[in-house]
Amino acid sequence: MRHILSILVENEAGALSRISGLFSARGYNIESLTVAPTEDVTMSRMTIVTIGSDDVIEQITKQLNKLVDVVKVVDLTEGNHIERELMLVKVRAAGKDREEMKRLADVFRGRILDVTDKSYTIELTGTGSKLDAFLQAIEPGVILETVRTGASGIGRGERILRI
Amino acid sequence: MQLTGAEIVIRCLQEEGVEYVFGYPGGAVLNIYDEFFKQDKVKHVLVRHEQGAVHAADGYSRSSMKTGVCLVTSGPGVTNAVTGIATAYMDSIPMVVLTGQVPTHAIGQDAFQECDTVGITRPCVKHNFLVKDVKDLAVTIKKAFYLASTGRPGPVLVDIPKDITQASTEFSYPKTVSLRSYNPVTKGHAGQIKKAVQLLLEAKRPMIYAGGGVILNNAAPQLTRLVRLVGCPCTTTLMGLGGFPATDPQFTGMPGMHGTYETNMAMQNCDVLIAVGARFDDRVIGNPQHFYRADRKIVHIDIDPSSISKRVKVDVPIVGYVADVLDEMLKLIESSPQRPDPAALKTWWAEITEWQRKDCLKYDTKSDLIKPQYVIQKLYEITSGDAFVTSDVGQHQMWAAQYYKFDEPRRWINSGGLGTMGFGLPAAMGVQMVNPGAPVACVTGEASIQMCIQELSTCKQYHLPIKIVNLNNRYLGMVRQWQEFFYGNRYAESYIDALPDFVKLAEAYGHVGMKIEKPGDVDGALREAFKLKDRLVFMDFITDQTENVFPMIPGGKGLTEMILAEEL
Ligand SMILES: Cc1ncc(C[n+]2csc(CCOP(=O)(O)OP(=O)(O)O)c2C)c(N)n1
Repeated sequence: MRHILSILVENEAGALSRISGLFSARGYNIESLTVAPTEDVTMSRMTIVTIGSDDVIEQITKQLNKLVDVVKVVDLTEGNHIERELMLVKVRAAGKDREEMKRLADVFRGRILDVTDKSYTIELTGTGSKLDAFLQAIEPGVILETVRTGASGIGRGERILRI
Repeated sequence: MQLTGAEIVIRCLQEEGVEYVFGYPGGAVLNIYDEFFKQDKVKHVLVRHEQGAVHAADGYSRSSMKTGVCLVTSGPGVTNAVTGIATAYMDSIPMVVLTGQVPTHAIGQDAFQECDTVGITRPCVKHNFLVKDVKDLAVTIKKAFYLASTGRPGPVLVDIPKDITQASTEFSYPKTVSLRSYNPVTKGHAGQIKKAVQLLLEAKRPMIYAGGGVILNNAAPQLTRLVRLVGCPCTTTLMGLGGFPATDPQFTGMPGMHGTYETNMAMQNCDVLIAVGARFDDRVIGNPQHFYRADRKIVHIDIDPSSISKRVKVDVPIVGYVADVLDEMLKLIESSPQRPDPAALKTWWAEITEWQRKDCLKYDTKSDLIKPQYVIQKLYEITSGDAFVTSDVGQHQMWAAQYYKFDEPRRWINSGGLGTMGFGLPAAMGVQMVNPGAPVACVTGEASIQMCIQELSTCKQYHLPIKIVNLNNRYLGMVRQWQEFFYGNRYAESYIDALPDFVKLAEAYGHVGMKIEKPGDVDGALREAFKLKDRLVFMDFITDQTENVFPMIPGGKGLTEMILAEEL
């Protein structure tokens, strides 16, 4: 099962390597990992997307909590949550394909950020699977470059992760 | 008052009541060493190799309940210390490791004797810090002592760049410290404790399985009361030996790969298993799939939530200090009239007694060669079971664990988790330091002892009258045993040729050496050695080369699939 773990960590040098080191040392999967500071400058928030059985996820959560730099861990997938990922994709867009590409970007609510006479750079946000769907919808040959941030997530409604 | 970083380090150690620091100097820590020179409250013990410093601090801690402290220089000082740190980490030993680092401006420049200490040690410490500002030094050291000794204990490392030891700041040592991200659950959940007690009292075939957590948390008195109150069998792991008296009839011996037949059978066949400060290690339960039984309920008490349901699913998890949880359990049981059904318990004990009839630890006592088991039995007799015994890793370690009956906690000191050859002698130094006058034996093999043999020199300098019991089988015995059983007697690189003359070697270091070749001389040699109260004695026992450790569970097999001596 795919899980999205949200983690509040001390904004200390080395906190990221403690966490990534834990995953590699114990053989856990990381599908994506994002980290950035929060409104509280002493803390960063990390989102890790991982895949594992319930037992493995339980161990991951416990092991993360054991790290001294980790303040809090929540498995967002245990409740209602919002997941978003940002993708920038540069595609070949020339001649008759140009209109079609624009239309497709519109369908996925993408925004064209940059244009040359042969290409578009499109910004898309959504769940990981929506971004996947976009990439599947266009011909693989026209993709020149993609960059994705990995998922960020937040609980819905009153679910709040803070100290 | 303005103090330099180096002065602050010493002041912090004094404030923490540290008696001994085990260490080795070098460029990055010279300022700190200069401060050692100027005071005499905190004593420094100069080892001969940084691995020895860490093991000594470790042995000091294991035998005393105090936090061990060591100090090494940057670069090679640190890399030499890593084996010791990993050893302490695997066995959850409270320890503070202070390391020198190149000056802050040189970090990342591949400076002389620079290494990424925090990076190298990260996976084998409970936590580590790099001090970047002298103003943070005192509070960081305070945090290190706090982290090392609370929750699940472990080594904590503080890396101190040289310029930080030179810089000055106002010194004040915080009385307490707290970290918002570190709040171990120490009190067990009342409802869970109630459930555990209920299960135990209703059990027909109860068993208590205690590990190193009982020793670390000083819970031996509570464990002993509980076992006697309930009347059930008790086993303690390699790390838990001494947590329950080995001479008590309710003690069934160690579990696991080289555990007793009766314990392994009972672990497998009990209906309620109470695990106390133990972690269902692969050497203890073998293959978890074989271990599983739908009709057995498991209660697991541990300070570390991540130890629970890691290898084995449990029915009643209880997170907390084991001493506290056992106290609560005792209160409930003592105030309840209920006890496990005496008739069921009688049948259970009858079954266990039947297993005990196998006499799985018997060995050939008529041999003309010295049997290693016999040496340990004699050691036990002659020290009246009252010695501190450290060991290295291999067959001799298992024989020491099987045949020396530990009635008290913190008397048996060995590297259980990492299995570090070279641990025994330096660990014994730490033990002897904190227990001056007490008998301290280091049970070792001719291979293990050579991994930290240089510490014989430290023993001379500090007058540490350790008794080394070298079970010399001319083989990497445990390796040879596996090769005999599982590799068709192909003894690849397990014979140790060109051994030194250990008697001369001991004498060269200024100690007493003895070579013992006949069973009839074992008793006399041990007696003579222990009479030399102020000398280190190196006893080189030339033992039967072919002896194996029994029982044995082959790797990947289940608890009941033991190989017994008689079956070969
Ligand atoms: C540092 C280290 N290297 C290798 C091993 C693997 N190992 C385990 S037991 C053993 C043999 C130990 O021989 P010895 O000290 O003579 O003890 P014996 O088994 O003969 O009693 C070896 C090599 C280890 N545990 N530690």
